[in-house]
Amino acid sequence: MTMVRTPEELESLKQKLLAAREPDKPRVSVCCGTGCRVHGSMDVIEAFRQEIDKRNLNGDISVVGTGCHGFCEKGPVVVLKPSGVFYQRVGLGDVPEIVSETVLNGAVIDRLTYVDPASGAKVVYEEDVPFYRKQQRLVLDLNGDIDPTNIEDYIAFGGYAALGKALHQMKPEGVIEEVVESGLRGRGGAGFPAGIKWRLCREADGDTKYIICNADEGDPGAYMDRSIMEGNPHRVVEGMIIGAWAIGAHEGYVYIRNEYPLAVENLRIAIGQAQEYGFLGHDILGSGFDFSIHIRPGSGAFVCGEETALMASIEDRIGEPRPRPPYPAERGLWGKPTNINNVETWANVPIVIDRGGELYSQIGTDKSKGTKIFSVVGNINNTGLVEVPMGTTLSEIVYDIGGGVPGGKECKAVQLGGPSGGCLPREHFDVPIDFESLQELGAIMGSGGMVVCDEDTCMVEFARYFMDFVQQESCGKCVPCRLGTRAMLEVLTRITQGEGQEGDIEYLEELAKQIRESSLCGLGQTAPNPVLSTIRYFRDEYEAHIRDKHCPAHVCRALIHYSVDPEKCTGCGRCLRNCPAEAISGAKKEPHNIDQEKCIKCGSCYELCKFDAIVVE
Amino acid sequence: MIILTINGREVEAIEGSTILEAARENGIEIPTLCYHEALEPYGSCRLCVVELATPRGPRLVASCVYPAEEGAVVKTDSEMVQRSRRMTVELLLASAPHAKVIQELAAEMGVQEPRVSLGDNDCILCGLCVRACREIVGANAISLVNRGFSKEVSPPFEIGSNACIGCTTCVFICPTGAIKLEDVLANRSVHRWASDFEATACKICGDHYLAPEFAAEVEQPLDAKGV
Repeated sequence: MTMVRTPEELESLKQKLLAAREPDKPRVSVCCGTGCRVHGSMDVIEAFRQEIDKRNLNGDISVVGTGCHGFCEKGPVVVLKPSGVFYQRVGLGDVPEIVSETVLNGAVIDRLTYVDPASGAKVVYEEDVPFYRKQQRLVLDLNGDIDPTNIEDYIAFGGYAALGKALHQMKPEGVIEEVVESGLRGRGGAGFPAGIKWRLCREADGDTKYIICNADEGDPGAYMDRSIMEGNPHRVVEGMIIGAWAIGAHEGYVYIRNEYPLAVENLRIAIGQAQEYGFLGHDILGSGFDFSIHIRPGSGAFVCGEETALMASIEDRIGEPRPRPPYPAERGLWGKPTNINNVETWANVPIVIDRGGELYSQIGTDKSKGTKIFSVVGNINNTGLVEVPMGTTLSEIVYDIGGGVPGGKECKAVQLGGPSGGCLPREHFDVPIDFESLQELGAIMGSGGMVVCDEDTCMVEFARYFMDFVQQESCGKCVPCRLGTRAMLEVLTRITQGEGQEGDIEYLEELAKQIRESSLCGLGQTAPNPVLSTIRYFRDEYEAHIRDKHCPAHVCRALIHYSVDPEKCTGCGRCLRNCPAEAISGAKKEPHNIDQEKCIKCGSCYELCKFDAIVVE
Repeated sequence: MIILTINGREVEAIEGSTILEAARENGIEIPTLCYHEALEPYGSCRLCVVELATPRGPRLVASCVYPAEEGAVVKTDSEMVQRSRRMTVELLLASAPHAKVIQELAAEMGVQEPRVSLGDNDCILCGLCVRACREIVGANAISLVNRGFSKEVSPPFEIGSNACIGCTTCVFICPTGAIKLEDVLANRSVHRWASDFEATACKICGDHYLAPEFAAEVEQPLDAKGV
């Protein structure tokens, strides 16, 4: 057992680990984030180990299973160090060849390299992949290098040095000032300055204080926090210890989604190791400061990401928000002053302390500092995790990093901030992303979920999806949220079913205003945003549904019908044989016909026709 | 004492009181549904919203839970407040169209036919029954379960439970009459919780009037209950 008692011991351990690493020794880094695991990376890593074993190369080549590299679209992703050769979609059969050709001979295997869809060029090295080139990886920097289950990997890369610096070279107030100066704002959605929140909690009356890490990431399509915890849990732990010391807390909780088994496991391992090495527990790094972290798995309610509901849930009560004031900094967990930040915020803390607030504040825009991680999903070529400095534009994320929309389609809008956020249309893609600019446009930064919509997305149906989500996830306590979101869903549903009435848009706006103004918590207060932003930017689509009974994107089933273009139809019979409703008739080699009475509008004929002969209107 | 302004009038309030308490102390009426002065405020019905001036403009707060603060400027009946209350009542009417108290509020506020229909359930989830059962009776026989539109008041596992002592406090505190008490001869049942009791008869008139479980609870000396 290696107990680290002073910053000097930490530094010498780091040097020892670095010396043992041999930077020139070949290393195979296999992404074992959840996305790559789904693509089979656990089998790939096992195959590498067996292959290396078979060739008796155990001492010469090391294999490391890392956290999420970010490029989930192309998993399993393998990077060969130190050269940086980048292979994507690696299968079991590729493993022996990678070892014999690339690792041992330095030859590049063409079929496994990434091809830039924009230029058609093959990209050999990770740093040249356009997906990574425009990113600035501050929080995710070590995700491709370290084994998240091995604390020594983190220490070798400078881990826990910021903690040593805080405990031995700074005062608690000094740490808080540093965080204030850095301009770090909460990454969970509201963007409240972290340092100011810490100060409020430090200055609050009471001997017992708590800190909480909100790891209840629940927005559909968002997985930033998950990947931080899976790929580099020690950075979150280190951030929490520094924060606890600055605030004066001796116990911390991580409230984490139980649906994130790998994140829970890696975090548990990290906490155990941090205890073993003396970063948690009594007299941390010889400073006299005691601190411990408990893990509290959530039970699957979206609303428990709201801070007061989250605390109620930790206290084993119903996950219902309570009114504020009193704010958690004053009266939080078990009535004690409490500071809550989310995973990404805590993970930024060691970086702030390490670099100093001033240097950190040079990244980003005037009022939004540092980087932000987005999970870019939906109709996008490069699905994945993207970390960029604040102030990056949407078009840089969607086109330069994300590689644009598949199938040569146009991008119509991007939904930011999940069910609490809003949709931005293309005309705003050049606005630098920060907390203020997004709010002005009717969206929010949120926790970083980014859903890209192509031209075939019906914005009314899209808004309906989010409204359906929030009305199910509302805790149901207050009337505007429980009944108001349900009423909005009813109206949106009738619009998409062709039963919209004149005045429905105005009624939606009226409901939205009242729900925003009078709901008890943030969930209700932001729930109407997706509807308001789509009305703001795509009002014509709402009107087309209501007045013309027409869905411009051809999505809403009740408002479309399929027919056969007799000019194009060759009478091949493919649609006829596959129609589940037996609605298609016609003789062989003669144009077919769709019986509108029988048609269930499943769209299978449209999907199957090789001659583009099925028309949707 | 602190001083705040309600509807343009300076009023005094006890420190630590809520805006609702301060207003009622001073004879200013604010409508409520989920509030009861004997219970912890819950802040769920949002009927008691008032307009509070803040540096960032006026905002609505629930007066039953929001603290009365020194120098606060509050309006209890502004256009903003009225619009919010009307929408709240319209939504309640959409989900509980037969509840008399809601019909009366709607008539009072000029709320016509709701623009959507959200079912027909007299329970408006104000939580008074749950809080009374917990805070006054101490039986904890019922709770709020599920979430969103599926939220409801229920005994554990949605079956009759012997935690219920048949005191019928819930029946009397319910503002909409959603909890029905039925007495058929000696059989007393609180239908919403499927709780049945063999009621004791009055020695004088012979009417069955009291669940023995309740009587046993009442007969316990207060000090045994830690009061």
